[in-house]
This record gives sequence, structure tokens and C-alpha cells, in this order.
Amino acid sequence: MSGTQEAGAPVPTPNESGNVAQSAETAVPGEGKKQIRKEQLRVLYTSPGFIIGVVIVGFWIIASLLPGILTSFDPKEFVEAGPRVKPGSEAWLGTDKNGWDVYTRVIYGARKILTIAPISTAVAIVVGTFLGLVMGYYKGWVDEILSRVIEAILSIPIILMAIVIIFTFGRSTTVIIGTIAVLFVPAITRTIRSAAIAESDLDYVMSAKMRGESGFFIVTREILPNVTGLVVVEGTVRLGYAIFTYTTLAFLGFVGGNITDADWGIDVSQNYEQIAREIWWPSIFPAAAIASLVIGVNLIADSIDKAVNS
Amino acid sequence: MTVTESHTSEPADPTDVPALAIDGLEMSYVVRGNPRKILRGVTFEVRQGEAYGLVGESGCGKSTTAYAALRYLPSNGVIDAGRVLSGGEELTAMSAKELRKFRAERASMVFQDPVQAVNPVLKIGTQVAEAFQVLGQSKAEARVSALAALERVHIAAPESVMERYPHQLSGGMLQRVVIAMGLACDPTLLVLDEPTTGLDATVEAEVLDLVRELRSELNSAILLIAHNLGVIRTMCDRVGVMYAGRIVEEGTVAEVFDNPSHPYTKGLLNSIPRRGLRKTDSELFSIPGAAPPIGASLPTCTFIDRCPIATDLCRTDVPPIVPRSDGHWTRCHHVDRMDEVPDPEKVTVKYDVGTEQVIGVEGVSKTFRQRGHDVPALVGVNLGFAEGETLGLVGESGSGKSTLAKTMLGVHAPDEGGAITLRGRTMADKATSRIDESVRAISMVFQNPDSALNRAWTVRRILHRSVVKLTGIKGAEADRRVVEIAEGMQLSSRHLDMRPRQLSGGLKQRVAIARAFAGDPEVVVCDEPTSALDVSVQAAILNLLAKLQNEQRSSYLFISHDIGVVRYLADRIAVMYLGRIMEIGATKTMFEGVNHPYTEALLSAVPSVDGVAENRIPLTGSIPSPANPPPGCVFHTRCHRAIAGLCEVTEPEMVELSPGHSIKCHLTVEQLKEPLKADAVATLA
Repeated sequence: MSGTQEAGAPVPTPNESGNVAQSAETAVPGEGKKQIRKEQLRVLYTSPGFIIGVVIVGFWIIASLLPGILTSFDPKEFVEAGPRVKPGSEAWLGTDKNGWDVYTRVIYGARKILTIAPISTAVAIVVGTFLGLVMGYYKGWVDEILSRVIEAILSIPIILMAIVIIFTFGRSTTVIIGTIAVLFVPAITRTIRSAAIAESDLDYVMSAKMRGESGFFIVTREILPNVTGLVVVEGTVRLGYAIFTYTTLAFLGFVGGNITDADWGIDVSQNYEQIAREIWWPSIFPAAAIASLVIGVNLIADSIDKAVNS
Repeated sequence: MTVTESHTSEPADPTDVPALAIDGLEMSYVVRGNPRKILRGVTFEVRQGEAYGLVGESGCGKSTTAYAALRYLPSNGVIDAGRVLSGGEELTAMSAKELRKFRAERASMVFQDPVQAVNPVLKIGTQVAEAFQVLGQSKAEARVSALAALERVHIAAPESVMERYPHQLSGGMLQRVVIAMGLACDPTLLVLDEPTTGLDATVEAEVLDLVRELRSELNSAILLIAHNLGVIRTMCDRVGVMYAGRIVEEGTVAEVFDNPSHPYTKGLLNSIPRRGLRKTDSELFSIPGAAPPIGASLPTCTFIDRCPIATDLCRTDVPPIVPRSDGHWTRCHHVDRMDEVPDPEKVTVKYDVGTEQVIGVEGVSKTFRQRGHDVPALVGVNLGFAEGETLGLVGESGSGKSTLAKTMLGVHAPDEGGAITLRGRTMADKATSRIDESVRAISMVFQNPDSALNRAWTVRRILHRSVVKLTGIKGAEADRRVVEIAEGMQLSSRHLDMRPRQLSGGLKQRVAIARAFAGDPEVVVCDEPTSALDVSVQAAILNLLAKLQNEQRSSYLFISHDIGVVRYLADRIAVMYLGRIMEIGATKTMFEGVNHPYTEALLSAVPSVDGVAENRIPLTGSIPSPANPPPGCVFHTRCHRAIAGLCEVTEPEMVELSPGHSIKCHLTVEQLKEPLKADAVATLA
């Protein structure tokens, strides 16, 4: 390399070691990956949205795992206060027409939703990402056919679609998970597909083709790692929608099980008529629980998105 | 840190207020919550009617200064200290309304990429007229003014251009439109941020001619940011050399470029191939180290970590401003020791180009089908690569350079009849059907390493995969080979475990080159490998390419629009136009004279950093569409030597003028040697 450093004066602190010192460029200092990660995490941890979201979602996770530590009643236990008691010292959130404690039912209702929503989101993400990558990379007739199918699915109203699936295959938990997944696959596929198209145009994909890599290798090893950030963001956003979709199905009575089960959607549907008689608490509190969980998840999703892009 | 400047000369005449005065400007960007210093006390002024250039590596604050000049700051930009004045008014104290008025009526900015500066869904006429409507003209008046503005920037057929959309115009035309919009208010201050970067040399020359002409017409002050030192030299009166958020040297262009008085300026100038320098003469100088990141703590001299003549004094004391000659000053403790800045190393050992042809391109044509039409992108291209030879390939965008590269690499299959050969044997058309040896034989270095390297992979994995895939070496031996290749590129083992985004542009390009060499290739196609890099990094990459070639005896197809770089590196040069080779010959012969008229025009368009006045041959119009190539000689529509009745009828054959030097032209050597008529030449001041 150039530059015989014959200058008599000492040059203090050469910031490179040995042979690389002569190379005209160095790694970008102070911008190491760990440093960026650390700063991003700090942005994340200090953002109020994230903290609130974690508190809300954390509460519901505890409720779903260990409902016993949050309430001493059973969801189908007739409490002493009797039915239709207003929220107060006897029953924090009141009791419903059956004399069940609303607070207890809300706590116990978290488990099902926190099982089904994440699983169905995960299934949708896996399938959607795979389809999106294949369509975006191969383009051509594969893309054409799948695009038409996706457009067809998207054009059918979600509820109608759900009704068709559930009435065809029954209302078991597996079918519910499958239904929500099917409803979400098209949107995820479209997002990942457009990212995969952009990635396929980059020269590293061309370079891989030039050295004779297979399409499978290019899709799974080269392109996939570059869209994982998007997959994470898409996953958190979809999780919020999944919660909402599940409770809608529960409200409409499509989720099987028993109408006496502690389930936010079912509780709302069983009790909403009584709002007219000013007995609002048995339906509004489960509804608020749904809202709080969706908001909590969305707050976390937004904060992650912001931190990743900061 | 507080920097008080003492050199700002007071304007002698009170009416002669500078069009732009930046005084001790300090700025920070807030990144993830932390303020990071980007400008460390920038002071300069641009007088009325003067063109002032700012040069320096990327990341040193040139563009930030340009934006600050109009107080266009991104949301995370914070002015810490200093003032920006225009015509005596302080921008830094203006309200949003005053600022809007100032920008609308007195200042304009032209950005690097004209495509992003215009609205793609509005007609050109509407957009240009809008610039006048802002000034209070009625719709009808504005349209008339817009037409006049387009005429002023010499757009051919302005009426029809008014009715067109941005995507229907070429880059050069669009930049003219943007300039026309910028000039709507007759600005007293015009800020041009890399206005010609990304344009072809011929288009660049036209745009620069236009700016020069308008400048004398308007008497407005121009602040020009460019990384191309040649552009600054030919366009500006004075230049400021910027480094790490501070101007380290300032003076007239002639003074600064011919008598540099700061180690940084000297390093920059030594890193570009000047005065016809060739790889056989000398290496290029590359400034050691990298520009400090924004926010770095640099209490004394900003250049200290990369300075070859730094002493302890530089670490303890802020360097003073040392006046050199009238208006020329530098910020260095050791002006008298400038001679000690090392010169580039002379090359002593000469390597000869082999005689055997390794890779051949034989009669290759490539026709794309587009909406039912045949578009010939390559027409009967013949090229050969000897061992250890560099073939430079030049031509405007759209001439088929990249198509040729991709056809060689098996991304496109050539048309029936053409073939790519490896030591005489024809290779399969597509990379997927080529045998391993053929795939290994040709590799590529892309223009943009950000796109060419997988962001999710570590450097080690990138290299390892290529080694395994191309050579079949596996296991521990492959790991050793990766380290070996990396060392050959001056990458340390520390870099191997990093991902591309953690590396600087130059390091990324080294990784890309390392990958290209992983399979021990016969020919490496380099598609503009240094055009995205700073000059000092470019120097290091060119040195590396030259060194690798000598060691590995590989051949290069070096595609570039920078004639200076091609001249430095190439043994032979091929000139392409509309998919045809118009001229090919040894580099030396090509620069000695008798060229194809197209080559002649291309060579004359290069702005020289040496400041020699040249006669430029303007290339009128833009390159014709390959879908409808002109009849006869494809160049006749733009040729300044075309013979009526011959050139537009018959396509010329390739004629060998001297051994190895051929041109595709009807004219005889005597006709080509004739000096041009005065009206065909634009004389540069």
C-alpha cells in the first residue's frame, strides 16, 4: 500500500492494529451493531407506549397462566353477593345475571384468547411468509395464480368467510385457529411478497444466481433473513387483529365450547342486552378487557416498529 | 468548543454584502436521543456573482452546510452556535413565514437526483408554472413564464416538454427542468448539491455549461457541492475544503488545487489519477484511516488521526489559520512541512499482459423483446481478454455496457450465432446450465456494495459460501481459504465477523471484490466499482485491483464512466454506443489522438482537475432509443463530423487504423485529424 510513514514526529494512537492500519478505510467506529442494538433497546424501554403496553399485556399473561393468584373465586362459582350486584366492595366488578363474579370471569377469560390468538397468528405468519417469498422471488405464473387466489379471499367479507369455514369444518379449537390463520394469510403474503420483490432486485440475489445457487437456497438463506424484521412487525400487528377477530367469532357464538365458559366474547354476547336495563357491568368489563389487550399489543407493536426504525 | 474566526474580510463597500455568509456554524444531529456534532464551526462567505465550491469526503458535512444555507434542516438537526446570513439578513433568526418568503423569492436549491425533485404525476409545465405562481403570478402568466424558463435552460421543443411527464424525460433534461424551476425567482443565492452526480459525462458537461452561462447572465451567487474535484475546478472561483465539519483550507481554485497547503487537500488531490497517470507509473495515494463519524470528539485538529505529518503539537493546540497568499489560507500547524506528505509510490515492477486469449466474446448480439418489438441491446460485439489484461469499457448510459457484462456472466443468453468462449471452448448460454469451471471463470464486482452484499450475512459467511460453491473446497480448508482471501484484500479477521452495514463503503467494496476472487476467476467484470466511493477510497480500491491483477493474472472488464479512472487502470479501451463497439484500442493510442468522433466527444466532456482549458465538443441530444436505431452509422444523428449522404445511409465497417486500434467510421485518418470548425466547439473559460 501507499504511504511510507517516514515523518519523524510520532503519530499518536493509531486506532488500528497491525497490517490493516494502512488500509484506507476502517469499520464505522462507534456505530457497532451492539451499540445500535443497545441504543434501540434504550429507546424501546424508555418509551411510555412500550411500558404501558407491557404492563397491560403482562397482566393478562399472568391472568391466563395463574388466574388463581388474582382471584379467589371460580368463574362458575355463585358468589355470596347474589346476581346483578353493582360493582363495589362485595364484588369488584359486580356480578352477572347468573350470580357469577364478573372480575373472576374476566380474569379466567384471558386464557383462551391468549392461547388461540398467538397460535393462529404464528400459523398465518409462517404460511404467509413462505407464500410471499415464493411469489416475490419466482414471480411469473406462480405469482399470477396465487395473487388471484389471494385477491379472491380478500374480496370475501371476513365474517362470511369465517362462517363458511366454521360451518363446514365444525367449531373445534383447531378449526378456529385455522380460520383466523386463513383470514390473515393474504395480507401477510402481500406484505412479504412486495418486500421479496424488492430484495430479488438487489445484486446479492443476482450474485447468488451467477454462482449457480438453487432457488430454494436463495429464498430461504439469502432473502428470508432480510425480511425477518418485517415479519416481526407484521406478526405483532396481526396479533392485535387476531384478538379482535377471535372475540368477534366468540361474540357471534362460533367458537364452540359452552356458553357458560369464561370467555370475553361470549360474556359480552350473553350480557349485552341487559345494558338496556342499566346492568352494564357484565358486558362492558369484558369488552374493556378486549380493548385493553388489543391496545396493549398495538402499543408494543408500534414501539418495536419505532425503535427498529430509529 | 468555541471557534472564533478572524479571517472574514469585511466587505469594503457596505452595499457589497455577501449573498451568503456562514459564521461559526455548529450543528448536531440527534440520533437515538444523543446529539452528535456534524458541523464544528463552519465559516465562509459567497459573494454576489461568485461561485464557491465545497469539497470533501462524504460525511464531512458538505450537504448539511448546503441545507443550513437555506435553513432546510431535518427534524433532528439542531443549530448549536453560529449564524447564517444572506444579503445581511439573519436566516437563523427568521420566523417560519419570513423563511418561506426568503426561499420563495431569493434562494433556490438544486438537488442531486432530479427524478426525486419533481412530482411524477404532474406535467412538467404545471410544475414549472407552479414555481412562478408562488411568486404571485396568475395561472396564465405563470405558463408564459414557465415556457420562457424552459427556453432559458435550452430545452429543445419546450412547448412539447411542458405537456410531458417527468418519466418521459432523460436525467439531463430533468435536471435542466429543475434548474429552470430554481431560477424562477431570479435567486440571489443558488445552492447546487451534487447537481451532476449520476449523470453521464456528456450530460454533466452540458448541465455545467448551462450553469456557467446562467451565472454570468444572472449575477447570482452559487454554492456548489461536488465530490468530483474536476467539476469544482472548472466551475468555481473559490473552493473550501471541508473535513469533519470544518473548513480546513480555502482559496481560489487555482491556488488550492495547484498549491495545496493542507495535508488533507494534498491527500485528496493525490488520490485521483491526474495528468494521464497510469497504473504502470505509480500507485494512487490513499489517505490512511477513515473520516471520523459524526459526533466524534475532535478537540484540536480534526484531521489529526489520518495526518502523515502530525506532531504532539497538533494534539494539544487547535491549529491556527495560516494565510498563504491573497485569500488563500489553511488550518494547519505545519504548512512548511507540506513536502513531507508522502507522494504515491512509484511502480517499479512491470507486469506484461499475456498473449493467449482467455475469454472471448464472439459475435454476440442480444435482442430483448419489449411489447412485441425487438430491441437490439447488443449488436455483433467482438472482444477478447488476454491473461492479466484490463479492458476498459466506456460509453453513455444506455449504450449496452451492463447488458454485455450480464450476457458474459450468463444472466442473459446471447442471440443465436454469438458465443462466449473460455480458452476457445464455447460456454453454455445461461449460468445455471454452465459447467462449474465456466461459472468459476467469470465473476462480477457490482457498482453498489450495499446492494451486492447480503445484509443479513457476516462477511465470513459471504466469502465462505462463494469458496464452497465455486471451488468445492469444504470444511476447515474452506475456513482457511476465507481468511487467506480476506487478508489479500487487507481485511482483518475482526471484519470477518461483521455484517456489511457495520463496514464503511470502501470495506464493503473490498468484501465484494474478495467474493469475486473467491473462485479464482479468469475474468472479473467490474461494473462501476468505485463510482459510489469517495476519491481516497476509490484510490485504495484501484490500487487493490491493480495489485490483485498482478498477483492472480486475472483479466478485468472495467466498466466506468470516469474516463480518468479508465485511463489509469485499463490496458485497452473499448467505446460502446447503442450496443456496438465504435472504437477499440490500446489506452495509450486512444489518448494520443485520431479517435472515432464519439470517443472524441466523450473525452472532451471530462472536467479536468488540472484546469487546462479545453475545447469541448458538445454531444447534442440524447442517445437514441435502441428500439429504433438510426439507419446507417448509428452515431450520425449526433456526429459533428458526419458526411451527408453517406453516414445516414451505410453502416461503416470496423477499420483497423493501426495494429490493435480499430474504429467503426467512414472517415479517413486525415479527415479525422482535421481541426473542428469553430462553431462545433464550445470554448471553456
